Amino acid sequence: MLTPRLPAVAGRGQTIRMDRLEASPLAVYTQHLERGELAYQVSRSTGTPVFYPRVAAPRTGAADLEWRISAGLGTVYATTVVHPREGTPYNVALIDMDEGFRLMSRVEDIAPSAVRIGTRVRVRIHPGDGKEPPYPVFTPAEAN
Amino acid sequence: MDGLVRGSAAIVGAAESDLGAVAASMTPIDLMAQGIVRALDDCGLALADVDGLFCASTQSRFSVMALAEYLGLPDAYTDSTIVGGSSFEIHVAHAMAAIQLGLCHVAVVAYGSTQRTVGRAQASQREANAYETPFRPFLPASAYALAASRHMHQFGTTREQLAEVAVAARGWARMNPAAWDRRPLSVEDVLASPFVSEPLTVRDCCLVTDGGGAIVLTSAERARHLRHKPAFVLGCGQSITHANISSMPDLTVTGAVRSGQAAYRMACMGPPDIDVLALYDAFTINVILFLEDLGFCPKGEGGRFVAGGAIAPGGRLAVNTNGGGLSYCHPGMYGLLILIEAVRQLRGSCGERQVAGAETAIVHGNGGVLSAQATVILGTEAALAS
Repeated sequence: MLTPRLPAVAGRGQTIRMDRLEASPLAVYTQHLERGELAYQVSRSTGTPVFYPRVAAPRTGAADLEWRISAGLGTVYATTVVHPREGTPYNVALIDMDEGFRLMSRVEDIAPSAVRIGTRVRVRIHPGDGKEPPYPVFTPAEAN
Repeated sequence: MDGLVRGSAAIVGAAESDLGAVAASMTPIDLMAQGIVRALDDCGLALADVDGLFCASTQSRFSVMALAEYLGLPDAYTDSTIVGGSSFEIHVAHAMAAIQLGLCHVAVVAYGSTQRTVGRAQASQREANAYETPFRPFLPASAYALAASRHMHQFGTTREQLAEVAVAARGWARMNPAAWDRRPLSVEDVLASPFVSEPLTVRDCCLVTDGGGAIVLTSAERARHLRHKPAFVLGCGQSITHANISSMPDLTVTGAVRSGQAAYRMACMGPPDIDVLALYDAFTINVILFLEDLGFCPKGEGGRFVAGGAIAPGGRLAVNTNGGGLSYCHPGMYGLLILIEAVRQLRGSCGERQVAGAETAIVHGNGGVLSAQATVILGTEAALAS
C-alpha cells in the first residue's frame, strides 16, 4: 500500500502525531515578547520574511519558517487617530520594519496626531494590560 | 472566473426588504424571505420555482440552513459563501455556475440584517486578533482610515476630495424615496463632522441601518420569457488579498484591480463601455480607490477625479445612483443592494435618478477591510449582443 502510516503514540486515550507542534506560532511570538524581543519568521527556502507568524509560508506552503529577532527599527507606513465615543483619542499605525515585514501598532511618546507617515520608529515592548500578554509599541527613533 | 459563459444567466427579479429601521423583533431571515417573495413577485415566478438558495449573514451562523427551513425548500442547491459585503457579488458568479451546470434553474440571492435594531456589536461580533486587537483599531473604520492616510500621503488626496464622495452620494439619495438620509449635505458639513478615525469623519462613514433584499437569477433563455428586461450577467471576477488590514499588501491598491480585469475580460468590455457604476461605498475612500482600480481614472487621480461634483447627479459619471451606503442604506453587508440598483437602472425604472440609455452597469462589492473584492458586469439584451 502506498498510503503512509503516520507514526503515532497513545496519550490520554488519543492518538497523536509524532510531529505535533509543541507550541503554536502565537505562543512562540508571545514568549519572545516576554523576553523583550519582537520576533518574526523567515522562510529558509525563499528568504521571505513572514508576519504574522504561521505554521507554513504563504504562497509556497513551505514549513521551513525560522524565527528571527527584529533589530526593532521601522518606519510608519500608515497612521490614524481613533476618536472613541468616550475617552481620549489614540494612535493606531502600521509599521514597516527594516527586516521587510509589517505590523499594526501605535506610536507613543508623541501626540497621536503628530505621528507622520515616514517617521522612523523604534520598538518598545509594552508589558500588556492586566492579564493581556505583552505587545510591541513604538516611539520616535530620534527620541531614543 | 474562466468557465463562466458570458450572458448565460440573468437577473430577472430584484427587490428590497424593509429598509432603515424595521419592525421590532424582525429577524434577518424574515427580511431575506420578505426580499425573496417581493423579488419573485417582481418577475412573476413563484417560490415553488426556486431550487437554488444563496445567502450570507453575520447574525445567523447557518444562514442558508435557516433560510431553507423558513422557506420549506429542502431540496434546494445551497451556497452561503461569506466574505463580508461582497459575498453577494460572489453569489452571483456561483449561481451562474450552478445554473450553467444544471445544479439549479431558479436561484435567489438574499440578505437581511437588523443591525440597527439590535446594535452593531450584537449583529457582527468582532473576532479577537492577537496581532491587532491590543491596539484597539475601531474596525472597520480605522482600517479604511489607514488606507485614506496612505492615499493622501502618496497622491496628495485631500479631505475635501473624500468629502465630495459623500456629498455626491447625498445628491443621488435626494432623488431616491427609499434613501435613509436625504437632508442636504455640503463638503463643509462633512469636514466639520466629528472624527471617527482620522481622516474620516462620521459623514465619511456609511450608515448603520437595517435592511436586505433579494435578486432572482435564471438562464438567459428563461429570462427572456419573464416580465422585465433581463439584466444579463456579462462578467464576474473576484480577488481576496487579505483579511486583516495589517496584511494588505499595498493600502492604495485593492483587489478590485484583479476582480475588475477578470470581469472586463469575461464581458469583453472595458471601462469606457460602462454606463452606470455601483461601487461599494462603506467609506468615502472606497469610491476613490475603486474608480482607480476599475480603470475609470489613473492610480492616484481618484481624489481629483471626483472633485467638482463629477460623480454627483449631472456629473460626468453616474456613480451610486441609489445614494450609496453613505446615504441610502447600509445594513452591515451592502453588496446585494448595489445589484438591485444596477438591475433597476438597466430596466430604466429608476425615475428621477434614471441614467438615460443605461445599457451596462458595473457592480463592485467590497468585503472586510478592503479585503474581498468582487465585480459583476451586467448588461441589457443590446449590451449582450454587442
